[in-house]
Amino acid sequence: MKPGLSKKQKKNLIRICVALAVFAAVFISDKALSLATVTGEKFCWLLPFSLYFAVYVLIGYDVLFKAARNILRGQILDENFLMAIATLGAFALGICTGVMGLDVEGFDEACAVLLFYQVGEFFQSYATGKSRKSISSLMDIRPDYANLMRDGELVKTEPENVSVGDVILINPGEKVPLDGIIINGSTTLDTKALTGESLPREVETGSDIVSGCVNLTSQIKVKVTKPFYDSAVSKILELVENASSRKSNSENFITKFSKFYTPTVVIAAVLLAVVPALFTGEWLTWIYRGLSFLVVSCPCALVVSVPLAFFAGLGAASKHGILVKGSNYLEMLGKANIFVFDKTGTLTKGNFAVAEILPTDRRDEILKLAAIAEKDSNHPIARSVTACYGGEIEEGYTLTNLAGLGVKAVRGDDVIYCGNEKLMKEFGINFKEHIGAGTTVYVARGGEFVGSLMISDEIKHGAKETVRELSSLGCKTVMLTGDNETVAESVSRQIGLTSYRASLLPQNKVEEVEKMLAAKKAKDLLCFVGDGINDAPVLMRSDIGIAMGGVGSDAAIEASDVVLMRDELDGIPLAKRIAKKTMAIVFENIILSLLVKLVIMVLSALGITSMWLAVIGDVGVAIVAILNSMRVGAGRFEKERKTKIS
Amino acid sequence: MKKIYKLEDLDCANCAAKMERAVLKLDGVTSASVSFMTQRLVIEADDERFEEIMDSVEKTCRKVEPDCRIIR
Repeated sequence: MKPGLSKKQKKNLIRICVALAVFAAVFISDKALSLATVTGEKFCWLLPFSLYFAVYVLIGYDVLFKAARNILRGQILDENFLMAIATLGAFALGICTGVMGLDVEGFDEACAVLLFYQVGEFFQSYATGKSRKSISSLMDIRPDYANLMRDGELVKTEPENVSVGDVILINPGEKVPLDGIIINGSTTLDTKALTGESLPREVETGSDIVSGCVNLTSQIKVKVTKPFYDSAVSKILELVENASSRKSNSENFITKFSKFYTPTVVIAAVLLAVVPALFTGEWLTWIYRGLSFLVVSCPCALVVSVPLAFFAGLGAASKHGILVKGSNYLEMLGKANIFVFDKTGTLTKGNFAVAEILPTDRRDEILKLAAIAEKDSNHPIARSVTACYGGEIEEGYTLTNLAGLGVKAVRGDDVIYCGNEKLMKEFGINFKEHIGAGTTVYVARGGEFVGSLMISDEIKHGAKETVRELSSLGCKTVMLTGDNETVAESVSRQIGLTSYRASLLPQNKVEEVEKMLAAKKAKDLLCFVGDGINDAPVLMRSDIGIAMGGVGSDAAIEASDVVLMRDELDGIPLAKRIAKKTMAIVFENIILSLLVKLVIMVLSALGITSMWLAVIGDVGVAIVAILNSMRVGAGRFEKERKTKIS
Repeated sequence: MKKIYKLEDLDCANCAAKMERAVLKLDGVTSASVSFMTQRLVIEADDERFEEIMDSVEKTCRKVEPDCRIIR
């Protein structure tokens, strides 16, 4: 038996197997010995009937019970009730033909219908249980306990009982129960469950650590910085557990559709059983065809497979560290075609570095002089210069800060100028213009130009590939930045963005997104990607807000609709691919289920197919749709991503 | 007020859809969603009468699907 079945499922599986065996035995002996001929003419139907009915009760007692119970509660359109009517009706028809002295048939069919129905139900319960489990394996991040240090003693306690400021001990192999900061020790952390990242992360004293990771190598002492309910792990669990409550349009469509489907089919069945027979008088034939209709009256295949596909999609995304807050966002993500990126922290790393020094043969000299001038400044640009130089900085210079221009460093008659082009012009220095993506610092000694440094923000790894992939999917990519036109233009060109908006103040970003929202067509969907730290209003305002590097930032998790747990851009096209695949499968399932049901109904009405085929078709399409849904979660995405990185 | 409840023994997807429709019809319920996959009921209803509304929600659900229980 397959592992991981619940008790109820095991019981049902055994029951189905036993019933199947008994059914086969009765069926074969019926066909071989013609049971109907054993007893006398008049009661020829009695023996096969009682044998088949015994099998019927064995396989369907719960259906019969539920049917009786629900009809007492006034639920006529209950699928158990309809199933019971269809099968009991088939038995009655069999008895009828028997009494009338015709061939005894239909008992085996009635049994088989219920048997297949149960097989279908079992399969559904197994499939949904399985995909629930795959999501709950993500729930494994829930920590069970914390080793709390209190008054020099170690107490094992629930993570809920630990308060901010407490010190906890985390042994190798244990989960990090709460967010905190390491006060003693260094170790490696496995963040796979949280971020989908398979490389362990090195941390040391002073590092922030996030709950839900697993401590791998050595013991650490951690000072708790957030209560359990505010820790990353609680936020994530809450998000995942409630994800599919926000239903997509497709799911809402199915719910609405199922409301009309069953009554329509039942009315059609009644009409089919009665109306033609009034004219032809072939009551048995038409009642039989009407009963076949009832067999396909449950919209099960649709009702199960569509939410299942979304669920599998959400699961596949979270396996890669992409948390989607609801099926509706997954649906939208598949259609999203305008991606707006915040620049700093999203497309670029937000740390300045010396990118280029001209002329290259005087590199060391330029750096040395610039470092002298910039050594006292705390400006990120100045710090990037001193960091790039790295060596011992010559002392003894008097530094004068010339506001808006740069720095003048004087020692005796040695004068160094270091600053922007205005500074060069101010002192009449003949300089060579240096244009690029970033800020240029010109260096001169005495009255003579030495060279220039280009300092720019580093573009994130994968930014180019991400934008290229999004463009190939037909999406527009736009960058918002507070930087000036030149920088924005250059970054935009390097990454390959469709367009950019430069020189925006933080509050202008919301306005800009509002403008884009107003300008877009009705079917366009705007997706904003930010780091979630200071762009919460924009995240909320856009159709879909994607926050990057969500671990540790509650604000981002609150404000956004999709959270990328890893601070890597390739999660966006990945999420889009998963969303598209999910939507394709949902579409396939809807079309396939409706088509098969329709074909069955037409064929049944024409009398071409029997009840046998109706039930096999109905259960079959449900199983196919479920299997199709589970395809969403297949491990194919992982492979795609790995090949992209390498 | 918006609250989330866990549902136990919600075995059929169609019942979930039926429950959702039945709950939505109740007086005082502004929004409701029954998720078959996560076995959860998300409900938004009038604050003052919340408990009272939940009682009728429970009753309605029991009528639609007697096996399913709302964990309150």
